[in-house]
Amino acid sequence: MRRSNIWLWSAAALAYAFLYIPLLIVVVYSFNDSKLNAEWVGFTLSWYVALFNNQEMLTAARNSLIIAVSASFLATLLGTMAGLAIHRYKLKFLPVLVFTPVAMPEILLGVALLLFFLQVLNLTLGMVSIIIAHTTFCIGFVAIIVRARLQGMDESIFEAARDLGASPWQTFRLITLPLIMPAVVAGALMSFTLSIDDFVITFFTKGVGEPILPIQIYTMIKVAVTPEVNAISTLLMLLTLTLIIIAAKLDSGILRREAK
Amino acid sequence: MIKGDNKANRIAKWLVSGPPLLFLLVFFVAPSLIMLFTSLRFPGEFGGLAPIAAPAGAVHGEYGLTLETYQFFFSDILYAEIFLKSFAVAAASTLICLIMAYPLALLIARSEKRFRNLMVLLVVLPFASNFLIRIYAWMIILGPESVFSHFINAVLGAFGVAPVTLLFSSFAVLVGMVYVHLPFMVLPLYTNLEKHDPALLDAAQDLGANAWQRFWRVTWPLSLPGVFSGSALVFIPVLGMFAVPDILGGTGDILIGNLIKDQFLGTRDWPFGSTLSIMLTLAVLAITGLAAWLARPAAIPEK
Amino acid sequence: MALLEIRNVTRCFGDFTAVDNVSISIEAGEFFTLLGPSGCGKTTLLRMIAGFDLPDAGQILLDGKDMFGTPPEKRPIHTVFQSYALFPHMTVADNIAFPLKMAGTTPDEISSRVREALDDVRLANFGNRFPQELSGGQKQRVAFARGLVNRPRLLLLDEPLGALDAKLREEMQIELINLQKERGVTFVFITHAQNEALALSHRIAVMNQGKVEQLDEPSRIYGFPRNRFVADFIGKISIMNAQVLEAAPAHLKLSVAGLGEVTSPTKENVKMGDTGVLAIRPEQVRISHHAEEVELKNHFIGKVQGFLYVGDVTTYIVELPNGARIEALLPNSAPGRAKFFEAGDPVAVSWRHDAGTFLND
Repeated sequence: MRRSNIWLWSAAALAYAFLYIPLLIVVVYSFNDSKLNAEWVGFTLSWYVALFNNQEMLTAARNSLIIAVSASFLATLLGTMAGLAIHRYKLKFLPVLVFTPVAMPEILLGVALLLFFLQVLNLTLGMVSIIIAHTTFCIGFVAIIVRARLQGMDESIFEAARDLGASPWQTFRLITLPLIMPAVVAGALMSFTLSIDDFVITFFTKGVGEPILPIQIYTMIKVAVTPEVNAISTLLMLLTLTLIIIAAKLDSGILRREAK
Repeated sequence: MIKGDNKANRIAKWLVSGPPLLFLLVFFVAPSLIMLFTSLRFPGEFGGLAPIAAPAGAVHGEYGLTLETYQFFFSDILYAEIFLKSFAVAAASTLICLIMAYPLALLIARSEKRFRNLMVLLVVLPFASNFLIRIYAWMIILGPESVFSHFINAVLGAFGVAPVTLLFSSFAVLVGMVYVHLPFMVLPLYTNLEKHDPALLDAAQDLGANAWQRFWRVTWPLSLPGVFSGSALVFIPVLGMFAVPDILGGTGDILIGNLIKDQFLGTRDWPFGSTLSIMLTLAVLAITGLAAWLARPAAIPEK
Repeated sequence: MALLEIRNVTRCFGDFTAVDNVSISIEAGEFFTLLGPSGCGKTTLLRMIAGFDLPDAGQILLDGKDMFGTPPEKRPIHTVFQSYALFPHMTVADNIAFPLKMAGTTPDEISSRVREALDDVRLANFGNRFPQELSGGQKQRVAFARGLVNRPRLLLLDEPLGALDAKLREEMQIELINLQKERGVTFVFITHAQNEALALSHRIAVMNQGKVEQLDEPSRIYGFPRNRFVADFIGKISIMNAQVLEAAPAHLKLSVAGLGEVTSPTKENVKMGDTGVLAIRPEQVRISHHAEEVELKNHFIGKVQGFLYVGDVTTYIVELPNGARIEALLPNSAPGRAKFFEAGDPVAVSWRHDAGTFLND
């Protein structure tokens, strides 16, 4: 055991390094006073300044935020319902519909929605189509989180509420909802990150109109790499890191008052 | 479930499951069927689709439904090659992920309880950064001017090997695929390994098994369900991935995903793009079925 | 009129009959226990009384009113769950206040009743704690307080002591008896632990495979088990094949295969020629070195096969010439002495003519 631990530790340390060094490099170069991501020249904030003067980038960020907020709201609502329904009722069809979009390659959903929007809905691709597309794949993630939480709970709690005089609706409002709330919040935050992060489905359903953040980043990477990409990357990492910390705080705050 | 509230229950059931069901029927099932339908149509003259019924006065052109795109797919060896290559890349990525993830998952599972959540969080955290950024990071690392490239070429040079370009190569694609999907392998492995009863290893040792035998005869067979689900979680997305080859690959590193993307955003051949998507769907279904079959409870002596 | 009347209730799950034509009536103020092994149908019956499940046939009447269409929240019946089912997101006080709030009690009344309830279960200073900050015994008491605060007609207790360790369980048993006596609330208690049932109940219904095997006071259940299931399930008992030679109004004369004749208390529906077993409790069996010392008519000779010393008593297992085994319990009244007989000792076993029960096949 003791000796094999050394091997395990070194293998794991390598894996952690593999996960973190690339991101660290992106952050470091965002402060490098050089147009090339090669030699360290000196510290600068000019890439951030350039970023905040880039009107198109700011519009893209605003659009992405609108999309992420709308999609995560819709997905949280529908996904919570789906999670509750799948846990409580014996449904055959709904679980397949909810979990398949999570399990299949994103490109398939992107292609299918592109064809659907253009042929059937005659919808001009843009913000609305992206919001719908993001909602479609986020529902499954929310449902998984909500269902997992319900599965971990003692069913007799809900019976106890009824037994002590609560109607089904009161049981839901006073017992079920408060108890699944951490999962709902976690689901909402996850949907938000997934949406603001999503490239593939956005790429297919974006149309030619408004600039969207991931598409903007893609264009910069493909066409002309400047450390502005590093700057926006660093800011995005900061945003999601903050969200995760908030989620963790929320969760542990609620966890402290919880069974198990 | 309380048996008494039959009627109220039925109403509640539809109120709760109705909206997500309806949403997904419209925005998931219908689009998938449209995709299947599109694969049976003719492409339009200027991209898009030809009408199903011939417009009045049309003398030539192709209308109606056809299996032509499927014939086309099977007639050109190029497409079979791209599919095979995609499978090879997916298999290689899965294997590398497994080799990297297993020790990590094992270490986390055998660490003290209070450290486990933090260690898992550290695996998931890079995931919180943007998908494109994670790929982009490797553009920097593998770029011709990077420290890493210089180092590799210096080593190669010392052995008298000509310098290599790391970026825009199959190697870069593989690195990107592994990097993007590694946590998908770690998490199911960890979830499985964490459940193992440590007494099993003590028992095996007590009965005379050495460290390697304990791993190979006890830990590994018990972890197979985790291995299979982790493999499916890596293999399937890699199979459909187009962004990684698009950004890190060279011109020769086209995979299924890139092929599909080109049909919609390049050549605008929707029917063929749909056909390719259907073929990818079939491949995914086959892999999922295989993974489910391998991980079926009867095949694994669990508990 | 009985408080709760269960009339010919049947409940099936697919091919499995969980509760099979059960009829029980429970009086107000009673501590009634449903006792049986897991899967005997006691939990299903309890869930039907609470309203979580409905009978396929038969009726459940409370104060003479059929409860069929009444959902659990409308029944004046509360349950103490095996897992306690305390709401993890509410404080102890809020948990106890819950049934009062649901019943629309005024806030002033709620706070005074909650305070009272907390005092009653000796948790006066725990009102602001959350359930997970309590020990098992404390959680248990909160569950009792929550179930009783609204003064239900009936309190159902689903193996509430099962999760506690042996010592705490004994304490809680006494507390439970006192609580029931003070409140005068009718308790329906379910358990698979026979000693718990014997210690707590006014009456016990022993259930097996969906049926009530015997419904009686604890001492009669123990002393006069009606059939082999009840005899086996409750306490320890030794069994010998026997046939009825004579069924007199005052006693039965039995022939024990290969050993001889004995007398046992009379029993309904037993007639001459019936075959069955003679069942006898270990503490009713006396054991002596020599057959000559035995004054009792019911006696056989045998050989000590082994013994189990458990501190307060020692159980001797005696093998009889026909191969049957009979257990005898001896209190260890002499300090420091573990046994009075050695394995292999020839001994005589005997019992009074009013001990032992004949059980038909």
